[in-house]
Amino acid sequence: MLNLLSIITFTPAIAALILAIFLRGDDEAAQQNAKWLALVATTATFLVSLILFFTFDPNDTGFQHVEEREWILGLTYKLGVDGISILFVMLTTFLMPLTIGACWNVTHRVKEYMIAFLVLETLMIGVFVALDLVLFYLFFEASLIPMFLIIGIWGGKDRIYAAFKFFLYTFFGSVLMLVAMIAMFMDAGTTDIPTLLTHEFSAGPLNLMGWQVVGGMQTLLWLAFFASFAVKMPMWPVHTWLPDAHVQAPTAGSVILAAVLLKMGGYGFLRFSLPMFPVASDLMAPFVLWLSAIAIVYASLVALVQEDMKKLVAYSSVAHMGFVTMGIFAATQQGVDGAIFQMISHGFISGALFLAVGVIYDRMHTREIAAYGGLVNRMPVYALVFMLFTMANVGLPGTSGFVGEFLTFMAVFQVNTWVAVVAGTGVILSAGYGLWLYRRVVFGPIIKDSLKALPDMDRREKALFAPLVVMVVLLGVYPSLITDIIGPSVAALVGDYDGALAAHEAANALAQTQRP
Amino acid sequence: MTSADLTLALPEILLALFAIAALLGGVYTGKDRSAPLILWLTVGFMLFLAVLVGATSGEARPVFGGLMVDDYFSRFARILILISGAMVLLMGQGYMQRNDLLRFEYPVLVALATVGMMVMVSAADLITLYMGLELQSLALYILAAFRRDSARSTEAGLKYFVLGALASGLLLYGASLVYGYAGTTQLAGIASVIEAGQLPLGLLMGLAFMLAGLAFKVSAVPFHMWTPDVYQGAPTAVTAFFATAPKVAAMALLARVLHDGFGAAPGDWSQIIAFLAVASVFVGAIGALLQTDIKRLMAYSSISHMGFALIGLAAGTAAGVQATLLYMAIYVVMSVGVFAFILSMRRDGRQVARIDDLHMLSTAQPLSALALLVLMFSLAGLPPLVGFWAKFSVLAAAVNAGMVWLAVAGVIASVIGAFYYLRIVYYMYFGEEREALDRDIGPVERVLLVASAAVMVLGVINLFGIDGAAALAAQALVR
Repeated sequence: MLNLLSIITFTPAIAALILAIFLRGDDEAAQQNAKWLALVATTATFLVSLILFFTFDPNDTGFQHVEEREWILGLTYKLGVDGISILFVMLTTFLMPLTIGACWNVTHRVKEYMIAFLVLETLMIGVFVALDLVLFYLFFEASLIPMFLIIGIWGGKDRIYAAFKFFLYTFFGSVLMLVAMIAMFMDAGTTDIPTLLTHEFSAGPLNLMGWQVVGGMQTLLWLAFFASFAVKMPMWPVHTWLPDAHVQAPTAGSVILAAVLLKMGGYGFLRFSLPMFPVASDLMAPFVLWLSAIAIVYASLVALVQEDMKKLVAYSSVAHMGFVTMGIFAATQQGVDGAIFQMISHGFISGALFLAVGVIYDRMHTREIAAYGGLVNRMPVYALVFMLFTMANVGLPGTSGFVGEFLTFMAVFQVNTWVAVVAGTGVILSAGYGLWLYRRVVFGPIIKDSLKALPDMDRREKALFAPLVVMVVLLGVYPSLITDIIGPSVAALVGDYDGALAAHEAANALAQTQRP
Repeated sequence: MTSADLTLALPEILLALFAIAALLGGVYTGKDRSAPLILWLTVGFMLFLAVLVGATSGEARPVFGGLMVDDYFSRFARILILISGAMVLLMGQGYMQRNDLLRFEYPVLVALATVGMMVMVSAADLITLYMGLELQSLALYILAAFRRDSARSTEAGLKYFVLGALASGLLLYGASLVYGYAGTTQLAGIASVIEAGQLPLGLLMGLAFMLAGLAFKVSAVPFHMWTPDVYQGAPTAVTAFFATAPKVAAMALLARVLHDGFGAAPGDWSQIIAFLAVASVFVGAIGALLQTDIKRLMAYSSISHMGFALIGLAAGTAAGVQATLLYMAIYVVMSVGVFAFILSMRRDGRQVARIDDLHMLSTAQPLSALALLVLMFSLAGLPPLVGFWAKFSVLAAAVNAGMVWLAVAGVIASVIGAFYYLRIVYYMYFGEEREALDRDIGPVERVLLVASAAVMVLGVINLFGIDGAAALAAQALVR
């Protein structure tokens, strides 16, 4: 089909428009209509994206389903997917119907809530399919608006602080990237991403106000992009917005934030930092690896002492994103494969964990761990589901969580053993906070009166978890589902990366020998 | 003086004649009872003139022996001034009427100021330039003090007058220095002196003084002090006018002087403009943080936005001028939308302007709140809204001219600025339930508010082709 990607990207936005224009009133019926329309639209988007998935040819490492049109100010409207981006598109379209299902109990301004999520879906898909630098930035940055509103309007007690912090942190990160993008536009004369992937940005030493910048322009551009993606990921030490945003966001907002929005940072590293600035990436790799190792250990330790369940899951997200950056900047086939795998799998697991917290929050209206205990007596199905995802989060073999961690570890061990050793302690800690959380919430005698009448998960909630359970187990026992699709594209990426580095080394060596 | 000259200057002449006729008509007929009629006539006439200017085309032609020039640049600016002036007049009518300010002098003064601005942007000679500027300024001084029985308003008028007169003095002094060293008052003549390779210090001094005078008119830092007080003190309809057309005129005039007169030596002025730009974006962004009055907030916001527009000029290239023009056009549309809302802010029939009056506007007036939300994000420069493209184009111009530091400073200031735009969104959507604002927004205000928000959203498709027009205008100026 000709405009498949545009259709996938803009179906939710069109549904949002229909909601905004045609749906009137705020009574029960109107709310139901809004929810159903949103559910239908997101499901339809998912179904259409399945066509994309099955017509995608993994062995072609170029961009597929490309659409291109003239746009304003010398830019182009260009969309396309390759092995690296397609799974993120699928992840988004897969999770959105579940997210809509997760907010079925919302009664406060339902129509606006649905519109915000639908618009957000369009923007998230857009980020992953955009093949024009500025188009990418447009989607990347615009996603702040609906998320700001989701946290601010439907969030918890300190939602305003969290919303502002989320917005300003991420906005500050990405404006520097905008300047870098403009500089790339001026240097390469185009904003076309496939062309930029082959463009060599100068890596010669550069003098900046008396400072000698090793790696020259590449380093500066790399740093600007890093500022944006590191905040988005989030990496230690700029992760502090995440726990606040997560705790205050409504359940569905947390799910999307953890499952998809964080992945934009990782996707950005893979799409821009690594292939476009190979010399700078290589130069900065040890720095990023150590930051990741610190993030893993530090975030795990902090997670241990949390008293709020959502905050605990949020810190565990920071730790898991540490594995992602570690894998990416190991810059080997295993590392990048593992990083992508980890991102996809974390999308399912963290989404499920936030949903799981949401399930008991809906019943008890508290997220405090101490308020629970002995849930297994009243909610056996819930206990089972929660256990599965806790184990997946810990990285138990047989779940998808294991594969990603294992691959990234393998890669990092070969590149930098000490980082692998430090990060390895993080795995133990993650088992610590995961299992301890599980013990405190689910096991033990049920002493609190308020907990004694809790109903188990209803049909809607079971339906929400079922697809996630399937995916987590399926990917755990059959990881080739993912690696077969990303493999060739990652191989090409890593091959180009090594090639560019070798060429740079050769040029340097030549310059050395020619010097008298 | 030939008929060709008269044809080319026809819009200015017609508007001046119209203003005089309207003044006479107002005096000899119903006085203030005829004010609404005169206002509507003025709006219609200004829109007609915009069409008239838009219908002319062709290369640059000197008018009156080089006193004025008719080129794409002046056409672009004049159309922008006429349309924005007309829109502001239109949406201010309800406000002026409610506050018993709708005297027949009001549309006449706006028309006269508009004549001045049109002369400014098509001036090709320092004398014409000064004449246009003074005509504009004198009309604006009176407008600022239009509410005679209010101490605030008269203070605004007086402050504006005193500081404006100082700025005019600086400008005139600069112009006389330029004349002394270049031997001519024509911009083309000055350009040829510089192209011949001489740039005496006196000429530079003259330029610096002129820049100071013009910076006052665009309210660039450090000549911005008057802006918050005048914005707050003047009647809101007049403030809306201040925020739009005169800013366009002054910015266009600045571009004209710099490129037509001193275009051969961009290195000598681009640092000054860059300084003005950086100072403006930061002072504007930081100054607005703690404001509680939405008009004062818009004053600081306008300072910051003028800083961004100056970034385009500082680049000193055709792309830079294009970016500045694009920025001004977009800024004017946003301002019209925001002021259309401010004009309609009332509680129990009384005009209010505090930001916390906006508490939970989203439940009382969902459509207005949504439109204002779009405008705020657009002012903050978030994509995909058109305000982002304005920022994008000036930043691109700066980077292209090798001024990366300027672009970096600009984006950092835009993050600071984002805070106070978000604060307005916060009041509207996350605030607490309070006594709501009156819901009966006038139809004109509502249409303009929603239309301007719609432009911000739909512009992402092709910017309504305005970038092409701006490019044409920029090429007319920078060769």
